Formats: sequence, structure tokens, C-alpha cells
Amino acid sequence: MAQLVSAGRHDAEARWHPALFEYLLRLGDDSLILGQRLTEWCGHAPALEIELSLANIGLDLIGQATLLLNLAGEVEGKDRDGDRLAFHRDALAFRNCLMVEQPNGDFARTIARQFLFSTYQHAALDALSCSTEPRLSEIAAKGAKEVSYHADLAAEWVIRLGDGTEESHRRAQDALDALWPYAGELFEVDAPMRAAIEAGLVPDPESLRATFDATMTEALAEATLTLPKLGSFQTGGRAGRHTEHMGFLLAQLQYMQRTYPNAAW
Amino acid sequence: MGGTWPLWEVFIRARGGLSHRHVGSVHAPDGELAIRHARDTYTRRLEGVSIWAMRSGDIVASDPAASGPLFEPAETKIYRHPTFYDIPDVVKHI
Repeated sequence: MAQLVSAGRHDAEARWHPALFEYLLRLGDDSLILGQRLTEWCGHAPALEIELSLANIGLDLIGQATLLLNLAGEVEGKDRDGDRLAFHRDALAFRNCLMVEQPNGDFARTIARQFLFSTYQHAALDALSCSTEPRLSEIAAKGAKEVSYHADLAAEWVIRLGDGTEESHRRAQDALDALWPYAGELFEVDAPMRAAIEAGLVPDPESLRATFDATMTEALAEATLTLPKLGSFQTGGRAGRHTEHMGFLLAQLQYMQRTYPNAAW
Repeated sequence: MGGTWPLWEVFIRARGGLSHRHVGSVHAPDGELAIRHARDTYTRRLEGVSIWAMRSGDIVASDPAASGPLFEPAETKIYRHPTFYDIPDVVKHI
């Protein structure tokens, strides 16, 4: 019996690439944290229709996070499921990029964040549907359809805010100026990422640049907005070094499960 | 924001072959966003395969005060309903 168990474990270890768990956390945490941010708009959006749009996007993202973090738990093999990973990790163990944890701000800030992130995420999920890991490519293919709509809606709003009134233009430009410093991290390649790329598990983010840049250029030109010139970008989220906003976000996200562990309904 | 947007009437085609049916209305600054608002509001549960949106202000409506001349003459013309024919039992789908 002992032999059987250990053989089973060996199979599981052979099946999963060592970089897969880390990468699934990054993808899953990106979706989870941005989904959580968007749900903060419930009851506060500038119009009922926008409230539904933002909540729909948030729910899509939380759905992706569920699939990705459940798979991450399975790959890790330490009896943690998606809920466990979402609700019982501290900020240092979260692997999301800094962009998604940035506060909602005004509507322009939320839309700029969505535009930047969804444009990147759409390119990433599209490329991921060719991953050598079939479980990952299936999740990516499903997500890519959802995110295609998120990116499209956000671009439409960026154009309308940028090319709208004097005030909406000012707010949209302020939002881009505030969030662009977090865009570089989306394309960062560190050691775990390099390993995943070399295994054919994930696309090299460099290969996503052309699509991302083309969408930026086209939409921002129509929006009459400009990207700030930067020498360097903010980074650290992938290593668990988050901005000061992360703790507050997690406090709200995790409160119930931390206070009543394993509560279910 | 939504308070100053025009109202759009939304029509959804549930399946290929069916006609678009009126389902409700949304506020939106323009037609492109009206389609997206309609998608987010009315097709969250697989309700449709196609959306039309049109400005509510562009709809020409009959005058409720004119309903007498418009509709009442039809009340006495029940022969316009094809209910006076005997349908043979073998005809199932009519």
C-alpha cells in the first residue's frame, strides 16, 4: 500500500512542471484581486448600466481565479483548494501584479486600469491557449473570450473619456499617468517565468508586446491621450512585495474566512 | 452620468430564425455603448444571439387618444379570425 501511494505521488510530480504552481498563482491572483476590486463598485457606479458592466467583468475574473487557483492547489498537492489559496494566504504569498491591486479611484481610473490590464491579459491568454499544459490551455481559451470583451469595453470607454469633455479628458490622462508605471511589470521575466517559458508552458511576454503596443497606440490616439515617458517601472508583485493597498484589500476579501474558518453556505 | 444619456430600446433575437423582440431599455451615450450595455444587462443568461438598439426618441408611436378610430372598428369584425373552418383531425400542426 505504501508503495502504491508513493508511486502515485511520483506520477503526479512527473506530470506537473515545477514552475507551473508559481505561474498559476500569478495568473489566478491577477484575476482574483482585480475581480475583488471591481466588486467594490457594487452600489457605487456612476450609472446602473455601468454597475452591471463592472460587476460582470468582476464575476468573469473571479470565475477565472477559481479555475486557476483550484488547479494551482491540485498541482501543489498540499490539500489546498482555490478557496484555501484565496482566503488563507497573507499579502507576501500573493503573486499578482501591482496594477490590479491599485484602488478604483474615479471611473476614469478604474477604466484605465481595466484597459491596460485586459489588453495585456487578452494577449497573454490568447497565447496561452498553445501552452504545453493542456489543463492551462483550456482555462486560457475560455478566459480569452471573456477578456476579449473586457478589453473591448474598456477601450471604448477610454476613447469616450479621453475624447469627451475637458474634465473627462483630464481625468483619463491623470489615470493613465498614475497607472502606466505599473505596466512594465506585466512584461517582466524573472527566473521562475524564464523556466516556464523554456518549458513551453507559457508565452514569452516579449511576444505579446507588439499586440499590446498596437492596441495602446490605436486606442490612445483616438482618445487623444498620451502615455507618460518613464525611465523605469514599479515592480515586485510577482515576488510578493505589494503596495500598501494590498493589506486593506485582503482584509476585506478574507475577513469572513479568517473570522469563521471554513464557514460554508 | 447616466442621467444625461439618451434612452435606447433593446431588441434581442433569442435564436437564429426568430425575430428580434423588445426586451427593455438602457441608457447609453451612443449606439455602440448601448449595444454593450444591452449585452451586459439583457444577455447574461444566454438570452440571445443578436442585439438591436435604437434611440427611444426615434420610435413613432400611435396616439393613445386616437385608439378609438384606430382599434375599435376591428372589434366587430371577428370574421377576420380564421376560426370558422373545420380542421380535419389528420392535420396536426395548425
